[in-house]
Amino acid sequence: MGKLAAIFFWLLAVVTAVAFIVHPIWLPELVSVYGVDVDRQMNVTFEIAGVAFVSAHILLGFFLWRFGSNRPGPALYWHESHRMEITWTLVTAVVFVGLGLQGSRIWARQYLTPAPADALTIEVVGQQFAWNFRYPGPDGKFGRTAPNLVSDSEGNYIGLDDGDPAGADDIMTQNIVAVPVNRPVKLLLRSRDVLHSFFVPVLRFKQDAVPGMIIPVYFTATKTGEYEVACSQLCGMQHYKMRARLLVMSDADFAAWLSKRAQ
Amino acid sequence: MAQHASLLHQPVHSAPRSFIRRYIFSTDHKVIGIQYIFLGLFSAVLGTAMSLLMRLHLAWPTTQFPLLERLFPNSFPGSIMSPESYLAVLTIHGTIMVFFLLTTVPLSGFGNFIMPLQIGARDMAFPVLNMLSYWTTFVALLVLIASMLVEGGAPISGWTAYPPLSALGKIAGPGLGAGQTLWIASISIFCLASLLTALNFITTTLNMRAQGMSLMRMPLTVWAWFTAATVALLAFPVLLAGGILLMLDRLAGTSFFLPSGMVVSGEVVSHFGGSPILWQHLFWFFGHPEVYIVILPGMGITSHILSTFSRKPIFGYRAMVIATFAIGLIGFLVWGHHMFASGMSPFAGMVFSVLTLTVGVPSAIKVFNWLATLWGARIRFTASMLYSLGFVSFFVTGGITGLLLAQPAIDVYLHDTYFVVAHFHIIMGLAAVFSSFAALQFWFPKMFGRYMSEALGKLHFWITIIGVYAIFIPMHFLGMAGVPRRYAQFTEFAYLSRLQPLTVYISIAALITGAAQLILLFNIFWSLFRGEKAPANPWEATTLEWTISSPPPHDNFGDADPIVYRGPYEFSVPGAPTDFTLQTVPDPVAASSGSHE
Repeated sequence: MGKLAAIFFWLLAVVTAVAFIVHPIWLPELVSVYGVDVDRQMNVTFEIAGVAFVSAHILLGFFLWRFGSNRPGPALYWHESHRMEITWTLVTAVVFVGLGLQGSRIWARQYLTPAPADALTIEVVGQQFAWNFRYPGPDGKFGRTAPNLVSDSEGNYIGLDDGDPAGADDIMTQNIVAVPVNRPVKLLLRSRDVLHSFFVPVLRFKQDAVPGMIIPVYFTATKTGEYEVACSQLCGMQHYKMRARLLVMSDADFAAWLSKRAQ
Repeated sequence: MAQHASLLHQPVHSAPRSFIRRYIFSTDHKVIGIQYIFLGLFSAVLGTAMSLLMRLHLAWPTTQFPLLERLFPNSFPGSIMSPESYLAVLTIHGTIMVFFLLTTVPLSGFGNFIMPLQIGARDMAFPVLNMLSYWTTFVALLVLIASMLVEGGAPISGWTAYPPLSALGKIAGPGLGAGQTLWIASISIFCLASLLTALNFITTTLNMRAQGMSLMRMPLTVWAWFTAATVALLAFPVLLAGGILLMLDRLAGTSFFLPSGMVVSGEVVSHFGGSPILWQHLFWFFGHPEVYIVILPGMGITSHILSTFSRKPIFGYRAMVIATFAIGLIGFLVWGHHMFASGMSPFAGMVFSVLTLTVGVPSAIKVFNWLATLWGARIRFTASMLYSLGFVSFFVTGGITGLLLAQPAIDVYLHDTYFVVAHFHIIMGLAAVFSSFAALQFWFPKMFGRYMSEALGKLHFWITIIGVYAIFIPMHFLGMAGVPRRYAQFTEFAYLSRLQPLTVYISIAALITGAAQLILLFNIFWSLFRGEKAPANPWEATTLEWTISSPPPHDNFGDADPIVYRGPYEFSVPGAPTDFTLQTVPDPVAASSGSHE
């Protein structure tokens, strides 16, 4: 039974390692600047985790193979070894905490740094079960909104106040958002009802939309195309349907797209 | 005597005669332990059935199942599971597994039966309180089941019940009316029960140890239960407070978790001034320590069984005790890693990240010590030993993916995807469940005087470990591809539909592995009545529970209170007549081995 168990744990280590190295299914295409660092850190961490996983299982299998009860001689009467214990504690601590500090640098660079001043600002408002987007228009200012003005039947999903001149040129869309390629985009995330989470796999980020809060995030998309945005915070019955399309366009296409919407 | 029986005198109560006092409203820790285990077994059957229903729908979202419609007409309109039913099943699956299986069986179940025996006590410190804890847990389970049967159906907000969804009532969707209210009531009652259990465990461990059972002679199981109980004592009140506040938001019109300006189902909500994130802090301040409440007993059981069947002292007993406590302590400082994408301050994210990776260090120490225990051993490959080796494997496999999830830059991609689902099912679910399998197989002879079938145990081990790895290793890839959890089906997104073949494969593996659990059920019930009769010490082990008959008499050690002379894992002591030396063997026998403690 020991040899069988040993073979099982070795096979587990090898098959899993090969699956992760070959990885027929992996991260989706990357189309953001920030995501480069994320992917690199993910790979480094996978390598460390993989070495730990494989060596632990190889060792486990080796001990099971070798130390069955049919072997000659008594079991070792061995309680501890301070040197070994101190060594593996220190090595583990250095690797784990080092990894954490390295990861924190990537995090800080993105999340503790304000968005570039020339970023295009778009407001995102989650609702059960749709994503609303708003561009400030030529004046660069968002018009006032109020909860009591929300009316889904009239298409006023975010409750825009007609009386506010700043809102006259605001451009609103639902479940579709376009951004220019290679230009920083700043999202102001809100929710009008429950929690939602704005998840764009190709940009490598997600951010919860929380009622009562406006949460800024920014990114720079690097490749034109159409991508999917999912909701990844349970928001009710049709959570699985809450989908938006993200269009990354050249500057000219984006300008044309926006002006068409403005009419 | 019972009135002043506090520190010096253990409570003595004669065996009750009536069936009801003996087996139903019993104050005997052994009966209560078994009651918890059967409550857990019932929960496991229910929770597993629910997971299989989910897998069925995920794999074949458009296939009709007329039989299921006949069984559950409301949940399967047109013979297809409705999305709200999927979320209801998901919510009850998570709740029942986390609370009523993983929290009750390893801690309240095996802890209740074994811990007093291992420290040489006649019962828990507060036997009546112990009975009340069990029956309070039972009521909590009944209330949870009731939440599925009320108008509007079972709650759909997941086992984490994040507000506003969980706080708004019916207007936010189906299942969020009476069902959600009963869910919160159930969890609050459960908190109360766990609190009482924790008090009892801590007091018993500190005050009721036999002569000579110094703290550093306690089995690692006892250390683990003691630490888990301490964590429970400090964590459950926070969830209880959260539950009460959430209930007030729902029923009394308060706004602890609800901000102003929400528009739900076309209506402006009148609440103002609260924060949905506050709930997440309260929930995870409990919720992360809860992971350790679940897994610490498993670690203790694994250490205990590995040492026993390696016929070797556990390697680094002292380091194990320190690591156990370090995990319990640091476990309270890492809750924010569940909230990297929540809108919490990114500064806090960095602090929680480094603290989370720090808690990995004592966890890694455990793995090193388990491996070192196997080195130079003479391993007896019993079924319980195999389950314990499975625990070690799961602890490694599920632990290392924590390295990714602990880093916010990586976690905001993987958060709320199937990567996380795979991670916690391995490290929390499977590890704890395998330690419970191991414990059941190991202590069954002590509990019922009969062995479980070793052959069936091994068969069950092999099918289950292969099956669960076949399910959960590939599941990581779904997470890498960005598949969100808690989706009723993957039909609405192009990138999710493409991954459907993998989803189908996982469901098939789950159905097979789920069916294999019938082997375990059969083994339990067959062995209860037909199992081979077991002697007092069937595994040639060393701790106090093996010094008395199987099953033990009502008052455990009776008048012959044990005296402890040595540590818990004295296997293969040079010069000793056998390869195990019971803790009660007086010193001179193994004097040649040198002194410990």
